[in-house]
Amino acid sequence: MAKLILSMDGLVLREIPLDKERISMGRKPHNDIQIDNLAISGEHAVIITLLNDSFLEDLNSTNGTYVNGQPIKKHFLQNGDVVELGKYRLKYVNEVAPETVAADFEKTVALRPEAVHSTVEQAAIKGFGETRTGGRTTDPGAGASLTATAPRSDAATAPPRFAATTTTPRFATTTTPPSQPMPATPSRAAIQILTGGNAGKELELTKTLTTLGKQGVQVVVIARRPQGYFMTHVEGARCPVVAGEKLVANKPHPLNDHDIIELGGVKMEFFLKG
Amino acid sequence: MAVDLSQAIEIVVRTDPGRVRPHNEDSVFANAAVGLAVVADGMGGYNAGEVASGMATSLLGAELERLFAERAAAGRGSGRRLWDYDVLNEEIARVNDIIYETALTQPQCSGMGTTLVMAMFHDNGMTVAHLGDSRLYRLRGDEFQQITRDHSLLQEQIDSGLITPEQARLSRNKNLVTRALGVDPGVVPEIRDYDVQAGDVYLLCSDGLPDMVEDEDIAMTLSSLSSSPESCAERLVDMANDAGGRDNISVVLIKIRQAFPAARGWWARLLGWFK
Repeated sequence: MAKLILSMDGLVLREIPLDKERISMGRKPHNDIQIDNLAISGEHAVIITLLNDSFLEDLNSTNGTYVNGQPIKKHFLQNGDVVELGKYRLKYVNEVAPETVAADFEKTVALRPEAVHSTVEQAAIKGFGETRTGGRTTDPGAGASLTATAPRSDAATAPPRFAATTTTPRFATTTTPPSQPMPATPSRAAIQILTGGNAGKELELTKTLTTLGKQGVQVVVIARRPQGYFMTHVEGARCPVVAGEKLVANKPHPLNDHDIIELGGVKMEFFLKG
Repeated sequence: MAVDLSQAIEIVVRTDPGRVRPHNEDSVFANAAVGLAVVADGMGGYNAGEVASGMATSLLGAELERLFAERAAAGRGSGRRLWDYDVLNEEIARVNDIIYETALTQPQCSGMGTTLVMAMFHDNGMTVAHLGDSRLYRLRGDEFQQITRDHSLLQEQIDSGLITPEQARLSRNKNLVTRALGVDPGVVPEIRDYDVQAGDVYLLCSDGLPDMVEDEDIAMTLSSLSSSPESCAERLVDMANDAGGRDNISVVLIKIRQAFPAARGWWARLLGWFK
């Protein structure tokens, strides 16, 4: 479950679990998080939590609400964000246990109105892969209005299926956290034309997909993938030759440094840069 | 007079478990002759997701093929879009009931369901039905467009202005669908008609592709590889896997080679009046 860590001058005051859909912050006592300080407005800001996402909204406070140093009106909170109200700092922490991430977190589940009702508690305790079945939220309105959706008559009588199907994190061995960095891209590469009118020209392969040739005559594409560059012949009766080897149509062929490519009577060289 | 669209339509199908999931819970079905393509992304514990999506594609595929054959045998033209709408609605409802019943009666299938996106081509047009977050995209000329609108919590939040599409990529509420097949006794598929032009490329896919690959890159791949749907489908799956392949990836590519108007002889029109 997501939480806020309230601190002032580096001193942690309390931890606030975001266990309600709407948590208000302000100076007045009726707020969920009361901060009794004159720099804080009576009703200063509110945090709306929908399942695993939380949104911070400033309620036209006098001194404003800041996230990571920037004043905000409305903000979609991300793990690690620091919210500042006056001298108070609230750190937003929303960590997903890594072993449940790839297996459960990304599993498609159907949402029914009562699943939203029970929002945070259920999602957090049972894991995101919990098979919540059926239903539609009939009101595509803003966050708060989602809970206003009346449960449908059949929902009440539905068997307790979603309680029985626990998805254990059995894919734990092959998980990748959601914040995984993009796979490393291979080193830069280029093609230098060796013969013909454009001899000497160099074409850097900056895109993930580069098309060479003339449409309707002979076309090849070079795909940049994490494991290197691949050339595929996609159009035309004549296949190009790479390092003396004739390409088979539609079959990707790995390109090696200094490979000579013959394409439509023109010779060119593929090479890696740095 | 059987209608055979395989001259006009080229369909390529690829499905891949991705690089994280041990199972492929996606199912695909395609038949170029009748002009039908279906992608279903199953959900539910253990193998139930595969069961649900497999049931959806095979039941819909087989039944629609049969209906097409029947209709062709009866000599009816394929120009009646109303017919397609009704047939799709009925068939989806029927398959929904079957999956729902199975989920109720088979403990190992309890709670299963599936998303669905399908396209039926006929008379220079197509009828598209969808449920959940599997998508249909179209490339027409240089314009790449998402045709279906996801039935998902995230899409509702985007529509209501709560979050922007850019923020949606950061959301932790991905994959919460608001409509699905086989999870409730009743189902309301979204069914729409579109015109089809020669040269169009259509892409049906499960969320494993758009979650991993930006729309812009999908568009670029479709346009630069449009001459070879085979390589294009392959490349799309590779791109999703290269980016991590965290979910199953299914793509169905449909290239419209030429127009396919329905037969409109005087007798077809005459028959049309009487049926």
